[in-house]
Formats: sequence, structure tokens, C-alpha cells
Amino acid sequence: MAGVSGKNKVVPGFAPALGYTIFYLSIVVLIPLSGLFFKTATLSWADFVAAVTAPRVLASYRVTFGSSLAAALVNAFFGVLVAWVLVRYRFPGKKLVDALVDLPFALPTAVAGITLASIYSQNGWLGRYLEPRGVKVAFTPLGIAVAMVFIGLPFVVRTVQPVLEELDQEIEEAASCLGANRWQSFCRVLLPTMLPAILTGFALSFARAVGEYGSIIFIAGNMPMVSEITPLLIITKLEQYDYAGATAIATVMLVVSFVMLLCINLLQKWSRRFAE
Amino acid sequence: MVGEGLHKIERKGGAVTEPAWVRSLLIAIALGFLALFLVLPLAAVFTQALEKGWEAYLAALKEPDTISAIRLTLITAAVCVPLNLFFGIVAAWAIAKFSFPGKSFLITLIDLPFSVSPVVSGLIYVLIFGLQGWLGPWLQEHDIKIIFAAPGIILATIFVTFPFIARELIPLMESQGREEEEAALTLGANGLQTFFRVTFPNIKWGILYGVILCNARAMGEFGAVSVVSGHVRGATNTIPLQVEILYNEYSYAAAFAVASLLALLALVTLAVKTVSEWEMRQTIAAAETER
Repeated sequence: MAGVSGKNKVVPGFAPALGYTIFYLSIVVLIPLSGLFFKTATLSWADFVAAVTAPRVLASYRVTFGSSLAAALVNAFFGVLVAWVLVRYRFPGKKLVDALVDLPFALPTAVAGITLASIYSQNGWLGRYLEPRGVKVAFTPLGIAVAMVFIGLPFVVRTVQPVLEELDQEIEEAASCLGANRWQSFCRVLLPTMLPAILTGFALSFARAVGEYGSIIFIAGNMPMVSEITPLLIITKLEQYDYAGATAIATVMLVVSFVMLLCINLLQKWSRRFAE
Repeated sequence: MVGEGLHKIERKGGAVTEPAWVRSLLIAIALGFLALFLVLPLAAVFTQALEKGWEAYLAALKEPDTISAIRLTLITAAVCVPLNLFFGIVAAWAIAKFSFPGKSFLITLIDLPFSVSPVVSGLIYVLIFGLQGWLGPWLQEHDIKIIFAAPGIILATIFVTFPFIARELIPLMESQGREEEEAALTLGANGLQTFFRVTFPNIKWGILYGVILCNARAMGEFGAVSVVSGHVRGATNTIPLQVEILYNEYSYAAAFAVASLLALLALVTLAVKTVSEWEMRQTIAAAETER
């Protein structure tokens, strides 16, 4: 046992398996993605900067990142609440609710998009009550945030839930023995323990929202400068055969997603160390 | 003994839980939020799909354009899922059963498509195979259509669904170690026998889990497919694109009827996912007690 466990001798297939993995990864992911950077490299620096800092593009960044931030904050708050309720309390239908949390992962974005647009439109189930009170959701940036809350919802729940499940209740007992009330022990003991998971979920939800397209375009209204998201702008440029412009903006989006991926990886490492 | 008694009193006294009214309030807020953001949209899809009655619903599904969209979606999933399944198993075998430098970097690369915007995922294929792309002129010379045709849709879908199965199988196979495989091999089984008789039974629920999620995304992908499809009615539209076209033409009932197919698929996906998650936990627990 001890002799073989350290080396890769007995179990076969390492070289072909790794070889195929790298081959398929390169064909499907790495080469196509690097194509984007090569295409961008054919632009001059001045053209690139002009393309990615045009007023309409800057406005789309503001809409996209602003709404994503708002949606991720809402998801962080309600995600913790939902995870807490699912782990700590009992109520009828809990398993069903738990399964339903993943609906945004399973429901195609276009379906989510047209449904949210219809619910919040003037005559929709919610829109008909909200609009007379002056709250316009559909076809405004608020609608964009609503769609982003929908698609980002499972991330915080699913990252916080396992941490809460693993949490030893003894530390809460200790806190209470030391005279902390329930709220104090939540804020001072539980929240710090959950923080890495909450931040990871927040970042995942934010990253997903920034790139999201399908569920947003139906509810957004897509007014340039007001409610136009960056992914839509890429498609608009493509439809106008402005390949250079589309590629430049896509490169910015791609770099942002790489940075987000890096942050998420670091956060996950941190939360793993935290757990140990 | 005393400690234990104290423990019980403390639990009853609410040291580790909240007063009943707080609990009810928190449950109510959480369920209210989920009802507003999850249940309401789900109910809306089916209500609006059936708004004009069953006959109109079925008629909408029998439209030739819709049928051709369903066919293209099925073909796309039938190509993407097996390719990514094979990759997922091979990658998980290499990563989980062996140790080598750069492993965590490789896992990050496999996860990459998840963090790329769907629109960018479609765009990269346009840049390669489109008329203005690298291979565009050559493809046109040889009369091969990739962009604005089924192959482009399939390629973009393979990209967006690439990580699903691999990222499910890697942690599962890592948690199982490789003692069982080593035992089988020592007893004279060859590599394939070992995989099918020893590894496969341990990971079958993980495979189902990955396949069902990969399939849901393959059938439901919108952004990436929308960039490469060209929206040719009856030819290069998948179900989600058909939903978009119907919606933009203000045939809402028909749009929701077609959308309800995808919503049903989502519900089936959630059900299978929940069952296979439960089975996976059983398998892991059984393996742990055996050890």
C-alpha cells in the first residue's frame, strides 16, 4: 500500500488522459479565447482606447457594474437569510424550497427574461400595482437589477449553506455563556465565520450579473446611455459590422472576468483556510 | 453529567436559537423573497402559456418554425453533451487519480468558460469562423458555413457547457481516492475493466448530475448562440431564440408556450439533480463507513 500510494505507477492512463484534457481544452477554450486578444492586438492603442471609452460605452459600464453591484448586495443579504433559514429552522416544504433555490441555474435565461419583463410590465402581475405608485421596474435600470437578482440568487445561498451546516453550535453556546445575547453572538461570532463564504457568493453573483445577457435584454428597455448593458452593446456593434469595436469592448469584459475569477479563487482559498 | 444537564437547559433557554416570533419572521421573509423572485416567474410562464387555452398552446408548439427549433436544440444537445461527458470523465481521471504540478491551474482553466460572458463566448467563434475572421475567407472558398449555421451554434454551446461535467466529477473522484482501482488492477483487471466495474459505479450519480446540468444549459443557452446563429427562421433558431422571436413579434401566448417547454425541462432538471445529489451523498457516506 505505502509503496504505491505515493507514485502514479499502478493506475494506468495518466499520459493519454492528461494529453486529451489539454488537447480538448486548447481546441475548445484556449485557442478561441486567445483569438480575441490577437484580434484586439491588430487595433492601434489609440483606436482601442477610443473604442472602449466612448461615452455610450462608458454609460454601459456604469449601468452594468452599478446594477450588478446592487443585485449582488441584495443577493448577499437575502442569500444569507435563505441559507440561515434552510439550515437552522424547520418548516413544511423545506426540501422543496431547497431544491427550488437552484431554479435560476436551470431555467434558460431567455425564459427568465420574458417572464420577468411580463411580470413587471405595466399590466403584469406586479407592474400593475407598482406603476401607479410611481415605481417603474420594466424598461429601467431597476429592471436590470431585478433580473440580475434572479440569476445571481443561488450563488450566495449555495456558498453560505455548507459553511453554516458545518458550523459547530458550541461556539454559539460559549458566546451565550459569556453573556452575549443572540444578536451579539450572530454579529460577533457567526458573521465573521461566514464572511469568506458570503464574500465568495457575493463575488460569484456579481461576476455572473456582469456578463449576463439573456435574462436582462427583455426587461431592460435597452435605451443607449440609460439602460443599455455592455454585452448588448457588443452585439449591437457586431450587427453594425463594427468588429473592431465589438472586440475591444469584449476584451475589456474578458479582462474583468479574469480579474473576478482571480478574486474568487483567492476568496475560496481564504475561506478554506478559515474553515480549518 | 452536570455539563450535559446544563447543555440541555441552555438549548431550551434559547442560547443557540432565536425566540419563536423571530424564527417565524425570518422564515416568512425568506419564503416571501423566494416566492417573489422564483415562484412567481415560474407560475407566470405556465399561466401565460395557457392563457389562450390548450388548443392555442398545442398549436403554438406545432408551428413548423417551432418544430425546427426543437429539432436543432435536440441535435445541439446530442452533440455537445457526449463530447463534454467524455472530456469530463477523462479530465477527472487525470486530475483526481494522479498528482502532477500545475493541477490547480488546470482546474481554473477548465472553469474558465463559466466566467466568460455568453456574448463574448459567441463572439470568439465569429472572430475565427466569421466572414471577417481568420478562417472566414478559406471557409467561404470551400463553401463551408459555420457561423450563422448549425456548426457555429454547436461550437458555441460546447464552449459554454464545457466545465459542467468535469467540475462535478473532479471533486467526487478525488474524494474516492484510488485504493479501489489499485486493488482491482493488482487482482489482474485491465484499465478499462477497472474503469467500468470499479470507478463507474462510484461516479454514476455524479455523471448523471453533470449530464443533466450540462444538458439544461445546452438546450437553454441564449447569449452565445444568439451571436452565432444569424436568426434564420426555421433554420438556425434554437428553442430560446424562437422564444425571443415570438416575443418580439408580440405573439406572447406562443412565446410563453414555447418557453414553457424550457421551464418544464428546468423542473425535470431540478428533480433529477436533487435525487442524484442525494444518491451521491449516500455513495460518499457508504465509502467513508467502509474505510
